[in-house]
Amino acid sequence: MLTLGILHTTIRADEKLIIEAAKKRGLKTRLVDIRTAIFNPATYKPDFDVALERCVSTVKGDYAIRFLESVGVPVINSSAVAAVCGDKFLTSLALQRADVPTPPFALVFGIDEARQAVRELGGFPAVIKPNLGSWGRLLAKTNDLDALEAIIEHKDVLGSPQQKAIYMQKYVEKPGRDIRVFVIGGEAICAVYRNSTHWITNTARGGHATNCPITPELRKIAKAASRAVGGGILAMDVFETSDGLTINEINHTMEFKNSEAPTGVSISGAMVDYCVGIFKKQ
Amino acid sequence: MNQVSGTCPVCDAEVALSSDAHVSEVVSCSDCKSKLVVKSLVKGKAVLAKAPEVEEDWGE
Repeated sequence: MLTLGILHTTIRADEKLIIEAAKKRGLKTRLVDIRTAIFNPATYKPDFDVALERCVSTVKGDYAIRFLESVGVPVINSSAVAAVCGDKFLTSLALQRADVPTPPFALVFGIDEARQAVRELGGFPAVIKPNLGSWGRLLAKTNDLDALEAIIEHKDVLGSPQQKAIYMQKYVEKPGRDIRVFVIGGEAICAVYRNSTHWITNTARGGHATNCPITPELRKIAKAASRAVGGGILAMDVFETSDGLTINEINHTMEFKNSEAPTGVSISGAMVDYCVGIFKKQ
Repeated sequence: MNQVSGTCPVCDAEVALSSDAHVSEVVSCSDCKSKLVVKSLVKGKAVLAKAPEVEEDWGE
């Protein structure tokens, strides 16, 4: 019987759904808290056949993936996918290279360059995001030069080296919602609208999820974006604009617990099935 | 359903957990609202500790 390793740093409701879905399929699961692992290639003996990476910590998760791949364990998502999706600038570059619509963006390291980048992006408002990070944290919508200078000075003085690589994105007007589409193996399996009166629509920040039908346009852009970043199990944030859909961000260790009920789709079940499929293809 | 519980390390209240609680799961103390993490689970008794603070690289 196949054993699914669930790499984690904490057990959330999402991981419980995955455990339950695996159980329903007669699979064994091994919960691997990577904070207690010793990734020594001379001594580490994996007791699972395929791994699903579910770490809350991106940095720790990336190392776990790379180690397990090096000892021959297939991991979903792969290190290549995690490297691209774990960094907003690299995600934007991958989408742009593949001609997938995404809001205009730039990366700068200083205030003079940031001022110029805002002009190139079409003026204020402009959004500043950390390259690494999630849940809508540390996003800044700068409406004028004063705000831009304040944000960048704070990053420069208080931030880690990572925070000093400043990702900037053109602000996109949204109709009080965006779309979170769940994409597995290139196929959009379901989607929710994340409704919010705030410009940050993350459900972690109070956005309310309702079912969103999968239209041909959504299916097509999801497939193209998946191909652009290397496939796997992905959750994409999509904006509806007057020019059509555009991909804002792509998450590679997606949270989905609030989306199974409104969509009626077992996202956890589809994730487990995909992992089994990857193992069988080995 | 087996009752699972532990003691809050912050306020000493008895914290009831769901029967499908797991080690490394984060729970809240119903009394003091502290975020707690399940360190171990033996025969329906959970050992709880203060949960780590959210770090810069946390997310999905």
